[in-house]
Amino acid sequence: MEIKQTAVAGTLESSDIQIMISKGTNDFEIELESDVKKQFGDQITKVITDTLKQLGVTSAKIKAVDKGALDCVIKARTIAAGQRALGTTDKPEWEVL
Amino acid sequence: MKNSVNRELPEELLKRLSYEAFETTEIGHPSIQRVAPTVHVSTGDDKVVDSIKEVVKNTVKDGMTISFHHHFRNGDFVFNAVMREIIDQGIKDLTLAPSSLTNVMNDMVIEAIKAGTVTNITSSGMRGSLGDFVSHGGLENPVIFRSHGNRARAIEHGDIKIDVAFLGVPNADRLGNANGMEGDAVFGSLGYALMDAQYANTVVLLTDNIKPYPNTPASIRQTQVDYVVKVDKVGDPEKIGSGATRFTKDPKELKIASTVNDVIVNSPYFKDGFSFQTGSGGAALAVTRYLRQAMIDNQIHASFALGGITKPTTDLLNEGLIDRVMDVQDFDKGAAESMHTNGKQQEIDASWYADPDNKGAMVDQLDVVILSALEIDTKFNVNVMSGSDGVIRGAIGGHQDAATAKLTIISAPLVRGRIATVVPDVTTVVTPGESVDVLVTEYGIAINPNRKDLISALSSLPGVPVYSIEELQKMAQDKVGEPKPLEFTDRTVALIEYRDGTLIDTIREVKD
Repeated sequence: MEIKQTAVAGTLESSDIQIMISKGTNDFEIELESDVKKQFGDQITKVITDTLKQLGVTSAKIKAVDKGALDCVIKARTIAAGQRALGTTDKPEWEVL
Repeated sequence: MKNSVNRELPEELLKRLSYEAFETTEIGHPSIQRVAPTVHVSTGDDKVVDSIKEVVKNTVKDGMTISFHHHFRNGDFVFNAVMREIIDQGIKDLTLAPSSLTNVMNDMVIEAIKAGTVTNITSSGMRGSLGDFVSHGGLENPVIFRSHGNRARAIEHGDIKIDVAFLGVPNADRLGNANGMEGDAVFGSLGYALMDAQYANTVVLLTDNIKPYPNTPASIRQTQVDYVVKVDKVGDPEKIGSGATRFTKDPKELKIASTVNDVIVNSPYFKDGFSFQTGSGGAALAVTRYLRQAMIDNQIHASFALGGITKPTTDLLNEGLIDRVMDVQDFDKGAAESMHTNGKQQEIDASWYADPDNKGAMVDQLDVVILSALEIDTKFNVNVMSGSDGVIRGAIGGHQDAATAKLTIISAPLVRGRIATVVPDVTTVVTPGESVDVLVTEYGIAINPNRKDLISALSSLPGVPVYSIEELQKMAQDKVGEPKPLEFTDRTVALIEYRDGTLIDTIREVKD
């Protein structure tokens, strides 16, 4: 699946994560900002990339500003931002959930 | 070697700094020799000095130990003004021994360390940029963290030997009679500063308000003071304490507070004449409100409230629900004012409050205390010093001291954001699990298995589920996942003393 536009989902409220996805050249380039990066940075990155792969995305530039979100929140925001970027919001990807 | 809370302590360090490893919370009945300060004899007519510059020049020499109090908290002007002068005069190799360090002092302390002015620090705590600086190895010698009671003990023992104390006060006369209750920058009790006034070799008062002689009531007395310096302003009244304390609306905090109240009311200690200490956090303030209602409903009154005092507590005093408030510091304006107007609110010094090597401290008489935690582990050990990233960002305060109460309740949310509060092992042991009795979270409580009496008293309360601490820890981990372990270097950047002066844990430099 090809990313058509830059898209954002999520807020900067505590326990949320804001994810911005735009076109990338190859693979995933993730820029992560998080107070819990030391302890959970790898896990956050993994949830984002796994979710994007499930959406059929193979390369993207991702900027994530995490405010202590749990995995379920990270996944939900990634799906929202991902589908917006792909321009497929009219067809929710239920199986990715 | 490992101490009794299973913390590895470097042998070399124990030897070099002549530390004993922490063993037990029991103090026993040793005989202690206290020290006394040097007295520079004077009739008192020439104490007033025009400038900080002059008094620093007269009193501070390389290698000395200097001290401050933190009663002005983030409204403090005295610390920075004095340290500026000390740095500018090129004085080196000082030990900084304040009662605590607040955020407004951070930049100045970092500058003083970089300039070689300060080479050792002992404090109750540190936060923000200074905690970060020390955790990244900014100070060569490890910082020594001591509780308020332990600082009093260390001063009386001569472990902390204060050469010069710089004490800001909202009023003083020309001989040094002073209190914390009148003037622009009032903070109420001078509790922590009274130790410095009594034991420092040289006592310098700084005030913006010189009163006619003799100034009463005198908490600090003319017999203790060497110099009185007139400054423009000692502090910013707006930043000394929080204004009116708000009742929290956070449902999580309210749930925790009402559960804490259930635990207290159903414990064997909730009877006429009981005593308690609460902190200043949102949940602690809410507990005071719930407790008030429970006291009215059950026609029970308290003999005393202790520690850091807030307005909700002095309201109970005015209502006659508490007989006495024993006040070592005031967290808000209401409490500070009440100390001035209510004779039943007694100012106490840090030794009277919490010094373990004493002929009885107030904490030894305490029934119930509610304390907070950054982390608590499955051994009930509590960390209030290092953050989830391993960086210093807290203060012992009276935590270890008050935890000796008959019923010690830790109130804390199960998780904060993605960080678990209940963990397999705390990053830093500050208060040993031996002195902790009940953990209250928004999901339920855990009771220290050593307290069979509390287990039977609290196990069938409606709406208060009881879990083992291991179950709570697992519940937290199921929510947030398993964090990657923190990485530290081998270098020790701070030492945590237990209140008896033994070593309970160390903090190492974080690896970034």
